[in-house]
Amino acid sequence: MQEIFSGNEAIARGAHEAGVRVASAYPGTPSTEILENIIQYKEIDASWAPNEKVALEVGIGASFGGGRALVAMKHVGVNVAADPLFTLSYTGVNGGLLLVVADDPEMHSSQNEQDSRNYAKFAKVPMLEPADSRECKEFTRLAFELSERYDTPVMLRSTTRISHGKSIVELKEPVTGLPAPKLVRNAAKLVMLPGNAKVRHPLVEERMAKLSRDGAALPFNRLELRDTRMGVITSGVCYQYVREVLPGASTLKLGMVHPLPHDLIREFAAKVDRLYVVEELDPFIEEQIKAMGIAVTGKEILPICGELTPGRIRKAFGLPSAETSAMEKLPGRPPNMCPGCPHRGVFFALNQLKAYVTGDIGCYTLGFLPPLSAMDTCICMGASIGNATGVVKVVGEEERKKVVAVIGDSTFLHTGINGLMDMVYNNAPATVVILDNRITAMTGRQENPASGFTLMDEPAQRIDFPLLCKALGVKHIRVVNPLDLEETRRVLQEEMERPEPSVIITDKPCVLIKREGVFTKGPVYQVNAEQCTGCRACLKIGCPAIEWQPGEGKKGKAFIDPLLCTGCDVCRQLCKFDAIGRSK
Amino acid sequence: MSDQITNILLVGVGGQGILLASEILSETFMLAGFDVKKSEIHGMSQRGGSVVSHVRYGREVFSPIVPEGEGDILFGFELMETCRALPLLKKGGKVVANDLRIPPPSVLMGQETYPDGLADRIRSQFPDLLLVDGQHLAMEAGNPRVANTVLLGAVSKRIDIAETYWLSALEKLVPKKALEVNRKAFMLGRDL
Ligand SMILES: Cc1ncc(C[n+]2csc(CCOP(=O)(O)OP(=O)(O)O)c2C)c(N)n1
Repeated sequence: MQEIFSGNEAIARGAHEAGVRVASAYPGTPSTEILENIIQYKEIDASWAPNEKVALEVGIGASFGGGRALVAMKHVGVNVAADPLFTLSYTGVNGGLLLVVADDPEMHSSQNEQDSRNYAKFAKVPMLEPADSRECKEFTRLAFELSERYDTPVMLRSTTRISHGKSIVELKEPVTGLPAPKLVRNAAKLVMLPGNAKVRHPLVEERMAKLSRDGAALPFNRLELRDTRMGVITSGVCYQYVREVLPGASTLKLGMVHPLPHDLIREFAAKVDRLYVVEELDPFIEEQIKAMGIAVTGKEILPICGELTPGRIRKAFGLPSAETSAMEKLPGRPPNMCPGCPHRGVFFALNQLKAYVTGDIGCYTLGFLPPLSAMDTCICMGASIGNATGVVKVVGEEERKKVVAVIGDSTFLHTGINGLMDMVYNNAPATVVILDNRITAMTGRQENPASGFTLMDEPAQRIDFPLLCKALGVKHIRVVNPLDLEETRRVLQEEMERPEPSVIITDKPCVLIKREGVFTKGPVYQVNAEQCTGCRACLKIGCPAIEWQPGEGKKGKAFIDPLLCTGCDVCRQLCKFDAIGRSK
Repeated sequence: MSDQITNILLVGVGGQGILLASEILSETFMLAGFDVKKSEIHGMSQRGGSVVSHVRYGREVFSPIVPEGEGDILFGFELMETCRALPLLKKGGKVVANDLRIPPPSVLMGQETYPDGLADRIRSQFPDLLLVDGQHLAMEAGNPRVANTVLLGAVSKRIDIAETYWLSALEKLVPKKALEVNRKAFMLGRDL
C-alpha cells in the first residue's frame, strides 16, 4: 500500500514497523509531528517529557529494559540531552535505541542553525541521514537492527525540508519475534564508574572503526556512476537538489553520515575527475575527506549559512538560473500573537513600565515585535531567569528594579525551574513572570505537566505553580488575570519595586485550546463610530482583530473584525472615550 | 509519461487552509500514477505569517522545493501574498488567485496602506490570471468556509488530470460531513 507521508509521519510509521515499545520526546519544530503521529500505533507507549534530557533518559531506561525505544527532538534539544547521550555511547544498548534529531537550516523556526552531525562525531555514535520520506521510514526501521547489532545508540538526522516535505511511501508489516523485555543486570556495562568506563571506551573506538569499514556493505550508502568527469558526495535533501541541478554528475549518496565509509569514498574519488561535496551548514564531510588527503571542493563555492536550494547550488556551480520577475515592494507579514492571546496584556504593561525584559522562547517571544516591543534578551529555553539573576548582580539599585524575566509554563518546566532555584538560593532581587497559558502553544499546542493531560490524551496530575514556587522558597507569589491591564500593571510595578525575588503567575488559557471548558470565547466587541475619536490608543496592543480605517478626508477610526474578536476585553480598557463595547 | 515536471505553488496567510489544499493536490497526483513531492514550512508561519507550499509531480521528482523562477502555476489564497510570490513563477506561468485582502499588522495599525491595483500588477506580468471571488462562490455552494475548494476547482481546470482523481482525493481528505458541500464548491470552481 502507498501513502503520501511527511518525513515525520514516515519516521513514526518506521517506528511502528520496527516494533518500538516506547517513544519519548519534547516538542520542537520541525520534529514535533513524529510523536503526534506515533500515537496512532497503539502498541507504542508515547509521551511528552518535560525536556529532551528526560526524554532520552526514558528512552535509555526502555532500552536497558529490553524494549526498542525512539526519542525525538529538534537540533537544540540535543544540547539539553547531551549529557546522557555521551555516556550512553559507552554503555551501548539492550533493546535498540534511536535518537531522531531534526535540524533547521535557514532557521525557519529556531534560534540558531547548529549542525547535529557534529554531535554524532563528538559522542561517537552512528548517524543516518534520509533523503526523502521513503528513506525516513526505511532508515528508521533499519536503525534498530543497526543499534542492536553494533551495540550502540543510533542517531537519525532530518532537516526541515525532510521532516515537513512529503513524498510517497510503501507501507510494510511490523516485525515480529522480538524478544520480550525483562530485567537483565549487567553492571559492568551499565554502571559507568571510571573502572567500568575505562573498559568501555576502547570498545566504542572499535565499534566506530568497524562501522566505517562496513560502510560499503551497509544498506545506507550508494555509489551512482554517471558522467565521471564530475563526482558529488552528498546526503539528505541535498542529494535531491544535486540530482535536479546536476543530473549528469556521478554521486556518492551517503545515508550514513557518521562514521564515513572511507573505502567507498576512496573508490569514488578514484573514479571521478573532479570531486565535490554538497552539504548544508558545516563542512562536516568535506573536512574529513580533506583529512584523508583527497582533494575536494565544497565550501569554497557553497554557503555555510542557511539552507541550500536548487537555485543556490546552481549559482555555486556557475549554472544559469531561470529568469524571474521583479520582486514587488510590499508591506511585510510577520507572525503575530492571536486575537485574545493572554500574553498581550503582560507585554503591554511591561512596555509601559519600561521594564528590561530577559525573554525566553515560546509564543510570547512575539512580544519583541512592535507595537509591544518589550523584550531585551532571548537565548535559549529556560535562560530568562538565570539571565535576570545575572543582570541584577551587576547593575545599580535603580536599574535592578527594571529587570523582569518572562517565561512560559512549558519553558519554565523544561529548564526554567533550575534558574528560579538559583535566584531564590542566591537571593537575586528580580521579578519572574510565569506566563501560564496551560499549553505548549508555540509548537502547536502540546500537553505538558501543567496542562492536566498526557500526549495520549489521558487526564494527568497538574502542576500547581504557586505551590511549586513556594516549595522552592519564593516568598512573594502573585497570581494575576493578564486580561486585566490595570491589575497586571499594578502587580508588576509592586513586585519590580521589591528588593527580593518574586514570581507573578498569569492565569488565562491559550485561545487556541480546543478542549472543552478550558477556553471559551466571550461576546465580541465593536467600536461605536460616533464615540471613536480616532486617537489610536487601541492600536497599541497590536491585536489582529482591530483595524485602522483611514477616513476619506475625515479622521480615521478603529474597526473590530467580529469574526476575529474573542471578547478578551483588553482593547475596551484602553479606550478613554468608551467607544468600545460588547456588540448587542 | 514525459520527464516533464509540473511545479505548483500555493501561497497565502497562516491559518487559511493552504496545507489541506496542497494535500489534496498531492493525493490527486499520486492517485493518477505520478511521483509527487511537496514541501512547506510549519511553525512560526502559523501565527498569521506568510505561507508558501510547493507541490511537484511528474515521472520522477527529486527536489521537494520548486526551483526559483520555475513555477508553472501559482495558486494564491490572498492578493498581496500572490503578488509577493511572483518571482517564483516562470515566464508565462498561470495564476489563479482569490480576490481577498487580509491586512498585515502594519496596515491594521495604520502605518502602511494595503497596496492598490494588485490584480493589474499581476496581470501586467502574467496575463494568464484568473481572479476568483472565492468567498462569494463559497456562499453559493452553501458554506463560506469552502472558498479554498472553489479555488482548487479552478486550479484543477489548468492541470491535465482526469476529474475522477480529483474527486477521489477530495473524498479521502475532506471530513465526511463536509464532503457534499466541498464537492459542490469544487465543481463551481471547475466550471469558471
Ligand atoms: C531545547 C529546545 N527545545 C524545544 C524548543 C522548541 N520550542 C520553542 S518554544 C517551545 C514551547 C513554548 O511553550 P511555552 O513556554 O508554554 O510558551 P507558549 O508558546 O505556550 O506561550 C518549544 C517547545 C526549543 N526552542 N529549544
